[in-house]
Amino acid sequence: MTNHFNDFINTDVFLMIGSNSAENHPQAMKWIVKAKDKGAKLIVVDPRLTKSAGMADLFARLRPGTDIAFINGMINYIIEKDLYFHDYVLNYTNASFLVNPEYKFADGVFSGLAEKDGKKTYDTQTWQYQMDGDPVKDGIREEAIKKDLTLQDPNCVFQILKKHVSRYDMKTVSKITGTSEDMLKKVYDLFASTGKPNKAGNVIYAMGITQHTYGSQNCRALSVLQLMLGNIGIAGGGVNAQRGESNVQGSTDFAMLNQYLPGYNPMIYAHKHTKLQDYFDKDVPKTSYWSNRNKFLVSMLKAWYGDKATQENDFCFDYIPKHDNKNRTHMGIFSDMAEDKVKGMIAWGQNPAVGGPSSFQGRKAMEKLDWLVAVDLFETETAAFWHRPEADPSKINTEVFFLPAAMSYEKEGTVSNSGRWLQFRYMAVHPPGQAKSDLWIADRLFKAVKKEYQSGGKFPAPMMDMVWNYDIPGEDEPNIEQVAIEINGYDVKTKEVLPGFARLTADGSTACGCWIHSGYWAMDKEAGTVACKRRLKKDKSGLGLFPQYGFAWPANRRIVYNRCSADPAGNPWNPEKELVKWDSLAGKWITADVPDFGATKPAAEPGGQPTPVPPDKTVPFLMQEEGRGRLFAVKGVNDGPLPEHYEPIESPVQNILSKQQNMPLATRFKGDFSKVAPTGSTEYPYVGTTHRVIEHYQSGAVTRNSPTLAEASAHMFANISPNLAQKIGVKTGDDVLLETVRGSITCKVAVSGVCVPMNIDGKEVEVIGMPWCFGYQGIAQGATANDLTPSVGDPNTSIPEYKAFLCNIKKASKY
Amino acid sequence: MKKISRRDFLKSIGLGTAGLTLVASPALASESHSTITGEKLPSKIRKVKETFTVCAYCGCGCGIILYSNDKKEMIFCEGDPDHPINEGSLCSKGNGIIDVYNNVNKKKQREVNKRRITEPLYRAPGSSQWEKKSWDWVLTEVAKRVKAAREATFEEKDDKGVTVNRTTAIATFGSASLDNEENYLLHKMFRSWGLLNIEHHARL
Repeated sequence: MTNHFNDFINTDVFLMIGSNSAENHPQAMKWIVKAKDKGAKLIVVDPRLTKSAGMADLFARLRPGTDIAFINGMINYIIEKDLYFHDYVLNYTNASFLVNPEYKFADGVFSGLAEKDGKKTYDTQTWQYQMDGDPVKDGIREEAIKKDLTLQDPNCVFQILKKHVSRYDMKTVSKITGTSEDMLKKVYDLFASTGKPNKAGNVIYAMGITQHTYGSQNCRALSVLQLMLGNIGIAGGGVNAQRGESNVQGSTDFAMLNQYLPGYNPMIYAHKHTKLQDYFDKDVPKTSYWSNRNKFLVSMLKAWYGDKATQENDFCFDYIPKHDNKNRTHMGIFSDMAEDKVKGMIAWGQNPAVGGPSSFQGRKAMEKLDWLVAVDLFETETAAFWHRPEADPSKINTEVFFLPAAMSYEKEGTVSNSGRWLQFRYMAVHPPGQAKSDLWIADRLFKAVKKEYQSGGKFPAPMMDMVWNYDIPGEDEPNIEQVAIEINGYDVKTKEVLPGFARLTADGSTACGCWIHSGYWAMDKEAGTVACKRRLKKDKSGLGLFPQYGFAWPANRRIVYNRCSADPAGNPWNPEKELVKWDSLAGKWITADVPDFGATKPAAEPGGQPTPVPPDKTVPFLMQEEGRGRLFAVKGVNDGPLPEHYEPIESPVQNILSKQQNMPLATRFKGDFSKVAPTGSTEYPYVGTTHRVIEHYQSGAVTRNSPTLAEASAHMFANISPNLAQKIGVKTGDDVLLETVRGSITCKVAVSGVCVPMNIDGKEVEVIGMPWCFGYQGIAQGATANDLTPSVGDPNTSIPEYKAFLCNIKKASKY
Repeated sequence: MKKISRRDFLKSIGLGTAGLTLVASPALASESHSTITGEKLPSKIRKVKETFTVCAYCGCGCGIILYSNDKKEMIFCEGDPDHPINEGSLCSKGNGIIDVYNNVNKKKQREVNKRRITEPLYRAPGSSQWEKKSWDWVLTEVAKRVKAAREATFEEKDDKGVTVNRTTAIATFGSASLDNEENYLLHKMFRSWGLLNIEHHARL
């Protein structure tokens, strides 16, 4: 989230799209309702009449997978009706920047599309700015970019965007989405009303936006919308992803993803980083705050390899494995597994046998493993894959190890919520029996592998030299404080715990495991404890910032990009919701939140006072190389500089907007994971989509083993319209068979108005919703919805397209 | 003089419920309450320990106060009224959080959730059952498997001669359910083995 939950109270209009907070983020809904009590409006855009939709002022039903059409239509409306925030767009976005005149968009594809070995990619040369100097050598310097401040040049970003979205007129959007023109107009008018200095519009999204073959572009569309309305960086605004797990923010920050190192530093790639200097040259931008990335990486290497990491040996750069640039995402790995390329798998608090796409094929692929380690609380479907209903254990030769772990309150440590708050939680009880904390298991496993290498083996140095100093004499548990100090960062010589990442260096004098968290373990004298353990509820701003409650990364900043909450001269757009303000008399910034810009320059001499930086010398978007919000993405996404509507890979209809039916770069796989239904399939005529229920957490591995929750939500079901129920002859509670090209499941049917048929350009399209939290283990068991979902993904992220696929449904014969 | 509640007292001495957990014996809850307010706590919670935690489920980050007794039973939980996000309320999942640890059985007694796995287990190739094992055994055996897979597939240089020091034969999944400090150690450990295939929930 750019903002955080308490900040929702400052919102005037919410646009909740592809998210169902009432069910999946109930305490977020609490703040939405509080804002509504003060007069705020809630718009919900969703294929289903969700619990959130039931509380909305406006509910716009759209066909799954048509969000870009819906949002581009709104951007078009805003430009046509002149409802955008002119000063914000001109000063804080790249609207006036001139783009290469060779840039083209035709027939649904952008210039630069090339195909090699059956794989499509974009050469982004023509998407770049017109600028002086060499962008590779000097970086994308804002001053060097050619601009037209009148926004009239046909090659300026504003005109390109205007032309691009002009194709998304209300009539066309209605045909694609199935939302009536009347409703579109109501939604567009209401949300566009936030394009004023004193209004805040808040976009709330979740997996309904990301789980598509154009999920990244869905997010881009929302960001462009918010930039046009001046809603980024202000109290009550933002683009706010509702994260689904208690620490999915933290696990992402700590790079449990193949392409990252902790703190969003890119992984090291063999094809471009043979030595440390290559990383500095190619992945440390010349401009933006990321120009400090060299400090972040070297400090991480110092944290990992201590005294062994020196200037002379590139700080043990070669100890980090180098990526082969192949698809090593969830789907890529399972595809490799099916081809017998993976020998061992560790499922540590994750249940891919239920949660992965095409999970029937996924479980089958697991049979190829030599060994599987499951670290969990309960015997999950993943741990039990060898005795799943469709399997014969005697034919499965995988060795399986189950390591019993601890529940959140049977150990201690921090979690990061959706609003980037790190909070420390404490141990209430010891884990039952011989179960152990995950920290303990990680510590002992590392030591056990290291011990195996005492007798030699291939390149053991990365293990042998790894800093692993977490023992406390006489104690069983590792020293979590030592881990925390390493993450937070310390001065190598003095061992001083650093106050924040501003102190990090690239010369090896500082160590820091994850730069964005630097400061989370720094002492707050007033609170008498470290930042993430604070629970002081002071809020001088009156905006719910709570600066001394936990720690918000980065730098305890609660609302990111907050320079944009004030005009170029530093006066808040909305004086009632002031985050930062330039006091021209005193010549300094008044800051309620930690400024997300260089508000002061460090003193020239040690011990001196820092000097304030005047408003015209500050940068609105510090993390962007050109310093501006990108209406047009010159980099960051590989599949297009502007969001464009494509149909889901499995769609009941043709794309009426262009000849390009699907995302041209969509990730696809071979063999077992290749199956998709053709467009307009008569065998699978209905649109399936997955969702969650309030009683169950993710795959249900924990909650389906909790008696009260298992009882409260005990059955797998599919939601269909009364119309479809009549057609197939079923009523609520009957068993139905759901079929896709990949497989079938049997479950109960729920007939209500949650799903209704939609009119898509004259064709009636039925939508079927189903929760994905069930499996064959636990107290509450049921069919797994992901047995139906396709293994196709977004080209930037490889997130699977769970949210729109084709299926059939019929009454199940008695069994 | 305004009568202060026990909660106000705890806040004013800067401990909060978490501080209590860290420094205090379980009896302190009732002692501090009667000292400050002159009242006895209801008998049900007289000898309980309060622990601050953050919910393990969605990403809202709600504060929860857990109540456990000296019989190592978790007896109750409630939304932390002092938490800025949830202000005392909880959803059904949050309310059910102690179920993961213990449940009330038919004899009206609390017992550890029967479905929890509380010992390391091993399933041999082709076998139709789990066998109970010791931690030493499973850790050593897993370590042997990791080493064997790594040794059989480790690439020191790629086909262009670039030092790569990696193996692609081991894959890890998880986890958004772990703490930050745990994820950090896992990441360090997996990279030290040379793994590229490190993935988790955020991909899905």
